[in-house]
Amino acid sequence: MSFEPKILGFLCNWCSYAGADLAGVSRIQYPTNMRVIRVMCSGRVDPKFIFHALELGIDGVFVMGCHPGDCHYLEGNYEAITKFDMTQQFLKFINFDKRVRLDWVSASEGTRFGEVVTEFINHIKELGPSPISGGNPDEDILDKLKAIKMAAGSNRMRALVGREKTLLGSENVYGEQIIEQRFNILIDKAIKDEFERHRVLLALEKDSNSVKDLAVELNIDPSIVLEHVLTLKTRGQVDFQKIKGNTPIFMRL
Amino acid sequence: MSEEEKKDIEDEVRVGVFVCHCGSNIGGLIDCKTLAEEAKSLPNVAYAEDNLYTCSENGLASIKAAIEEYNLNRVVVASCTPRTHEPLFRDCVSEAGLNKYLFNFVNIRDQCTWVHQKQPEEAYKKAQDLIRMGTAKAVKLEALDIIMVNVNPSALIIGGGVAGMSAALNLSRQGFQTYLIEKEDKLGGRLNSLHKLFPHQLDASDFLDKIKNNVQNAQNLQILTSSIVKNIDGFVGNFEVEVEQNGKNIELSVGAIIVAVGSSLFAPTDLYGYDGKKRITQFELEHKFINNDVKANNYVMIQCVGSRIEDRPYCSSVCCMTALKNAFVIKEKNPGANITILFRDLYTPGTDYEKYYRDAREQGVLFIKYGLDKLPTVEEDHIKVFNEYMGEELILPYDLLVLATPLVANNDNKELAQMLKVPLEANKFFLEAHVKLRPNDFATDGIYIGGSAKWPVDITEAITQGYAAAARASRVLSHDSLEVEGATSSLPEYNKSLCTGCEICIKVCPFNAIIKNEEDEIEIIEALCKGCGVCGATCTNQAIVIKHFTDDQIFSEIEAFGGH
Repeated sequence: MSFEPKILGFLCNWCSYAGADLAGVSRIQYPTNMRVIRVMCSGRVDPKFIFHALELGIDGVFVMGCHPGDCHYLEGNYEAITKFDMTQQFLKFINFDKRVRLDWVSASEGTRFGEVVTEFINHIKELGPSPISGGNPDEDILDKLKAIKMAAGSNRMRALVGREKTLLGSENVYGEQIIEQRFNILIDKAIKDEFERHRVLLALEKDSNSVKDLAVELNIDPSIVLEHVLTLKTRGQVDFQKIKGNTPIFMRL
Repeated sequence: MSEEEKKDIEDEVRVGVFVCHCGSNIGGLIDCKTLAEEAKSLPNVAYAEDNLYTCSENGLASIKAAIEEYNLNRVVVASCTPRTHEPLFRDCVSEAGLNKYLFNFVNIRDQCTWVHQKQPEEAYKKAQDLIRMGTAKAVKLEALDIIMVNVNPSALIIGGGVAGMSAALNLSRQGFQTYLIEKEDKLGGRLNSLHKLFPHQLDASDFLDKIKNNVQNAQNLQILTSSIVKNIDGFVGNFEVEVEQNGKNIELSVGAIIVAVGSSLFAPTDLYGYDGKKRITQFELEHKFINNDVKANNYVMIQCVGSRIEDRPYCSSVCCMTALKNAFVIKEKNPGANITILFRDLYTPGTDYEKYYRDAREQGVLFIKYGLDKLPTVEEDHIKVFNEYMGEELILPYDLLVLATPLVANNDNKELAQMLKVPLEANKFFLEAHVKLRPNDFATDGIYIGGSAKWPVDITEAITQGYAAAARASRVLSHDSLEVEGATSSLPEYNKSLCTGCEICIKVCPFNAIIKNEEDEIEIIEALCKGCGVCGATCTNQAIVIKHFTDDQIFSEIEAFGGH
């Protein structure tokens, strides 16, 4: 039997959901794989919904909103873009970035709705089943996805993404404005750091460990693991447990 | 049943699921009876049934009876789409004593059976999943407070053409303070440039004078010419509109808005040798009639010039009748004139219009059908056209060539649409909420549409639609207060400790509905909140709850779909 992917769609009420209804009224035919969750605005789609769906083994997630400039809530879809960009950046670590998509369908684009959905379903079919679907999920990827979900939900990441537009669009009290390039470097670094930190956290949750062994387990340079452990210690999430031989062992708080 | 048992049942979540056949629209493809049977085994489902039409009197009565009999406190209807039928079912459950937010809609028609007509088995599985997801969300639904807002009993009509004037007259006569704004320096719109009106050959100017006179003498009606809309804020019942008249700003407060901005003319440059002199448009011909400046003897008219083609696929709907009308005008002045109309399809609907066409034929107007693959070619004094019925090429001499060009959407529609937060369709005309069920509403409450702003219409239709839009608006204006969306954002008491006061929600809210109050706490002003949910998805500590679309509800939908 050919692979029939499970796909979840988040549709904004005013444009894409209306476009999907219009596809129905016009009897546009498209494959059946997608199940829809209606939200009022694509900006409502919290990245954690996407991570949660992927964690359950859903093969692809499609977020659809109004075309830029046409948002019923003025700029909700721009907020959707910043959140989605972060989501996709995180998913690159496990090669899942192509399993999620953000696109625009207006209320008048019934035909287009059918086309983009068909295209996305075919695209996921080509990618094949999610490695964490089925009875025998890839534990390594699943662990990493869990770390991603936690990292993206951390106060730091949410604050950075939430402030993106304000930071790029206005000046600080000294009349300086952050340029997009610099912001991107900042956010890329934050995404990488938080991903690794949450992997460390998850590893320590399973068992207390030394920096050296953590580095081997997670395949991250020991000096970087040490930095992360120290940061997590200042955040009050990790603490020194004991000395084993000459090696300090850290634990999750 | 003891009091205690009764109480237990009241506290327990009891969902009723109603699966609609929608005649054969759903039931013709998938087995609704079995869907309903299976729904009975879903968590918390206390009752399920299938109905031929859940939205019918019988269907609604059956929902109410089941709420009573089975102590239901959540209702799920699996049927068409919430965009058209949610209000009906919400009213139904609230009549049976449930809070209307305890209702959830599952779309198994527009987004399932209609789009998977050749895959009944897969469509059935999809409907199963959707009902499971919708029921899982229903279990988590919470009753919400109803928010009331006052209604300002006045209306703004944008566009002083025949549709706008009709709407303005209707509303002002009902006693509502009405403002009619027109961007040109006089009322009338397209009617100003017409000569006669079909199908009774009335003088356009007589008709215009009459309706203008009525408008100018109407009570409660203020006319603002040379005025444009600069900004629109607010919501149903309470719009604040900034209008600029000759460089000076005027602030208007109104309860409803009608869009009647009409349409624009299409200039057929590069088509059929158009030069505005010997080769002109139908509108230019009417201008010539008005100035008594038509002397030709041989007329050829070409229909569908620049319409029903790939770039502009729609039918402008008024051009066939316009060509006939102008042919009659020519024949009246010069019965010996030769008039040939080259058409692709003739659109003269209804008995009156059909008779008009027959009369034209009787008066000797010739009709020749051409095809898109063999367009007529225009030479200096003759036209070559391939007659589809005869299968051969004809040569027609002409003194005046008249091109029927379509009405097109106004260039500034996009700007106005953005101010109103309403959509445009593919040809940039305004898009109504539903083509059949809500033809003069927008999906946004309190904003209505009539006339050519939506699609090219003739004078009769413009008047009808103007009245229709006014009727829809008066449904809102006749209330002192109205219920508005209760599904807003909120910062519940139990989450206040999570709020760190980072103020990012204040920055992302496009409606300024979030403020920091005197106690230095984040406060959400629910009447201003439109419920988009962006603040909830952004909140750094996840303290904000989006009512009716809570994290919990969305997670339960995702989980009900689940993995493989």
